[in-house]
Amino acid sequence: MAFALTPEREQQVDEILTRYPERRAALLPVLWLCQRQNGWISPDVAEYVSKRLELSTAIIQGVVTFYTMFFDEPVGENVVWVCRTLSCDLRGGKAIQDHLERKLDCTVGHTSSDGKFTLLKAECLAACGQAPMVQINDYYYENLNVKQLDRILDAHATKGGEAAAAEFSTFASFGTPCGSNGGAVTSAPPPPSKEAVRVASQPPPAASDPPPAALDPPPPGTTGDES
Amino acid sequence: MSAPLLTSRFGIDEGWKLAIAERAGAYEVARQALTGRQPAELREEVKKANIRGRGGAGFPAGVKWGFLNPQDGEQIYLVINADESEPGTFKDRSIMDLDPHRLIEGAIISCFAIDAHVAYIYVRGELAFSVSRLEEAIAEARQAGYLGERPFGVDHAIDVHVHSGAGAYICGEETALLNSLEGRRGEPRLKPPFPAVKGAFGMPTIVNNVETIAAVPNIIEMGGEAWSALGRLPGDGGLRIYGVSGHVKNPGLFEAPVGITMRELIDDYAGGMLGGRPLKAVIPGGSSTPVLDPRRKVDAPNEDHPLHKWHGRSEIDVPMGVDTYRALGTMLGTCCAIVMDDTVNMVEACRNLMRFYKHESCGQCTPCREGTGWLVDVLDNLCNGRGKPEDVDLLVNISNNMMGNTICAFADGTAMPMLGMVQKFREEFMDAAAHGLPDGVRHDDSVRGSVEGGA
Repeated sequence: MAFALTPEREQQVDEILTRYPERRAALLPVLWLCQRQNGWISPDVAEYVSKRLELSTAIIQGVVTFYTMFFDEPVGENVVWVCRTLSCDLRGGKAIQDHLERKLDCTVGHTSSDGKFTLLKAECLAACGQAPMVQINDYYYENLNVKQLDRILDAHATKGGEAAAAEFSTFASFGTPCGSNGGAVTSAPPPPSKEAVRVASQPPPAASDPPPAALDPPPPGTTGDES
Repeated sequence: MSAPLLTSRFGIDEGWKLAIAERAGAYEVARQALTGRQPAELREEVKKANIRGRGGAGFPAGVKWGFLNPQDGEQIYLVINADESEPGTFKDRSIMDLDPHRLIEGAIISCFAIDAHVAYIYVRGELAFSVSRLEEAIAEARQAGYLGERPFGVDHAIDVHVHSGAGAYICGEETALLNSLEGRRGEPRLKPPFPAVKGAFGMPTIVNNVETIAAVPNIIEMGGEAWSALGRLPGDGGLRIYGVSGHVKNPGLFEAPVGITMRELIDDYAGGMLGGRPLKAVIPGGSSTPVLDPRRKVDAPNEDHPLHKWHGRSEIDVPMGVDTYRALGTMLGTCCAIVMDDTVNMVEACRNLMRFYKHESCGQCTPCREGTGWLVDVLDNLCNGRGKPEDVDLLVNISNNMMGNTICAFADGTAMPMLGMVQKFREEFMDAAAHGLPDGVRHDDSVRGSVEGGA
């Protein structure tokens, strides 16, 4: 069956087109809308985008294959990106990847047999101060250890991605200088609301310290749609 | 320690909401700038501020703005680079997540100053949450009349749009970013023409980093000279957001004047080394900046040398500035340091980074596409015990043949840190050539217990 966007997303396409002086510039945003609805950029999605934006399918394929986040084949219900670039690797990125591979019983580049998780290796995700971390779908999960990761994966499997994100995902945090006179670290007060920002970075778990049980507060709302 | 400016609203509960940000002063400077000042004056303040571009290259933002010379009928665009992808760098995300209105206010003032009516914020695709924060903030600002046909009642239409990338480090290169904005593959363009002459949609375009634009309200509020004086180095003004990741006690972001030293950043801001282990090496400003070795001393006996003042002192005691770090043979880059303790094997660390470059090379130019892969192949051989001593020189040779032979600076950004690694840690490369890597070597021995056994 030919692919079509929902009427609501069609309206979004119309609005997107007003942002740019050229029609083609809407290509990335429109591909994003399609992928959120369809899960991946299938040939009939490319066909649809080609008609909607008056571009050849060759141009669309060229763009889709250039960017790692556009999928040109089907993926699992959730996509897990594990960051393995240096900052994460210095803080346990490999341990996180090893654990994911055991837990999901699939290696990087593959999907778990129940179709729930596709595991992919990511290059630096700009969360280096909160390493190690993974991205699952649209959300970041930072300052991880394997037990916390288990809780996050279980929440995805049982409650779904949005509920798991509301409970566990993290956004940027900011460190408070320790001062030059002894290095005491201000730790975050208990969050005043569910959407509170962590004002001071909690000290990361040193090898001998018990790691913090609670991480960042969850972000509010949702960033997009579930595919 | 200076009072925070760029991060002054980071700690405010729900400071990303317009009403709350406004109570803490958001948009006051934009209102005054648009209603009471001339664009030329504003440009002059940014020039006097000596703000070096915060995206990594360190080009003076005010000078860049001065390159605009639009012809009849040309529309100027402002493009804000939020494709934060340089390994080790995580500062711009904090501005978008915690104080998006500062960025939008900076965009409004900048658009007015350079006579642009549209700004695009190009955010890397992975940062979906930051995109949603920005979009909500833009909608609020539009609703309040700060964006739109007549911002603050002034006859200069300004709109800001967020454009999401889709996973490609190279899109942080400004001309690749412009191609990606236009719906193309993110392949860098041949320069000239530079974006200020022919950028987005063939029009004159200024591409600035998130942190640079976010600093504009502070610069205009306090005046360019006062901003410049906040920095501790000549010609390199202001405060900036430093990041520290890796083997320190307190990784994170810290706002401090330009010109603190790496030693201060690690010991005073980031709480010192994790577990009190010795510092082995630090990559100062993102993975493309050549590594610093604290054992090495500055060699500048000549009084004319820009680093003469620090002659004989450790590399990590030189103030962190665009020009001082260039003189030191590295780059300040994004000012986000990756700190490594003595458990790290530098050949393995180097292989990690070179894999990144191999994955991210756009493939347009042969020296880069082939060179990045070749470096990884040679490093794989060294790590796996199949290397030869000549391979170490081969790494240098490949790097030298990549530099300067490509359309963009990606190949240089690969070759420079590769050369720095071999230059400063040659004995480890020679060891690997003789014996391969020690058994079971990995980067995370310092933290594995807490990651694998944590609660």
